[in-house]
Amino acid sequence: MCVAIPAQLTTRDGNRGTIDLSGSELEISLALVPEAQTGDWLLVHTGYALAVVTEAEAAETRALLNEVLGG
Amino acid sequence: MSNQLRDSAAVKTLTNKLARLERPIRIMEVCGTHTMSIGRWGLRKLLPPSLQLISGPGCPVCVTPVSYFDALWQLPDVTIAVFGDLLRVPGSHGTLENARARGMDVQVVHGPEQALKLARKRATVLAAVGFETTTPGIADTIRRAAEEKLDGFHVLCGCKLVEPALCALLDGKPDIDGFLLPGHVSAITGSNAFDFLPRDYAASGVVAGFEPVDILAALVLLARMICAGEPGVRNAYPRIVTPQGNQHAQKLIRDVFVPIDTEWRGLGIIPASGLGLAPRYAHLDAARHYGLSLDPVPEPPGCRCGDVLQGRMLPHECPLFAQGCTPSSPVGPCMVSSEGSCAAWYRYERA
Repeated sequence: MCVAIPAQLTTRDGNRGTIDLSGSELEISLALVPEAQTGDWLLVHTGYALAVVTEAEAAETRALLNEVLGG
Repeated sequence: MSNQLRDSAAVKTLTNKLARLERPIRIMEVCGTHTMSIGRWGLRKLLPPSLQLISGPGCPVCVTPVSYFDALWQLPDVTIAVFGDLLRVPGSHGTLENARARGMDVQVVHGPEQALKLARKRATVLAAVGFETTTPGIADTIRRAAEEKLDGFHVLCGCKLVEPALCALLDGKPDIDGFLLPGHVSAITGSNAFDFLPRDYAASGVVAGFEPVDILAALVLLARMICAGEPGVRNAYPRIVTPQGNQHAQKLIRDVFVPIDTEWRGLGIIPASGLGLAPRYAHLDAARHYGLSLDPVPEPPGCRCGDVLQGRMLPHECPLFAQGCTPSSPVGPCMVSSEGSCAAWYRYERA
């Protein structure tokens, strides 16, 4: 039930946003991620964005994998 | 990034590391989405016999007690808005699918906000079930219904918190060395929320994503801490999870809800593990408005979901598994929910 999907924010109007899901548009709420900007990658669950994925955090994942794979 | 996270060479490197464990270890995957992912990618078959993965109480549908479903049956002629997973859970009177066949207006929603739309047309009760991942959206929906003074909207509170359930489980001193922690619950709570594991229980936990490399990398980190005898919490899902989590969402949960003692299927009543409405939203409580009874109701005869949810029994060890209880004709909730341990075992792990 806690499945959530990554999707890119295409437009934002106040607390509402649209994401692109393999070509189809879906309206979502941005009430939980007021910092989200058009173009950001979001984690979306039951119509709400839960988190914004930043480049720095994506780089942390790569660093962690290098640590685990190497060490 | 997803290619990297499904890379077969990385999978091989990680499973080789896990093949050289210094001692047998038992790890509980708390989250039903992990259970499904482990089954779907066949990860159990890649692990050595010395590393045992057991499913925990992390499927919200599976831990929702029979009394919750029975309460929905007590509602008068209103629209019941539910997440699709809840439709087929048997209560004392049947499933919500059966209720629909008898003329009750049960509508599947993909998000809690859709219940607001339904409530603008007709009295609607939102069946609010979920962990911290789902709860903030439900909280936002409740706040909006109150702001709009939407008379026809009520909510049957069934939301639960992961931490008190893990504490209740650990207080029973189970044979578990560490936990694969739920990635999307942690997106809200933050990885720091699990610091109690090493502090209070000398247990380890690693927050994990849902791709095969995410899960295996988290298992390697867990195995290292366990074998070294140095319990700790690590975050192996930093692209989504921060130490503090989503503080807007946490505040919304605190504003709308208050912790209450609540019944978990298989675990009984756990203090302060559920969420009831805060006083300023209490008028939206469906149980109060419609006078619904939520008194505990007995489990279906023979059902061992309680033992499965606590990791005391593997799904196939239940006498009903694949005999009287199958995904097309489930007895207990672990076989109903697509993320239930028994449904995942039936689909992926049967010999």
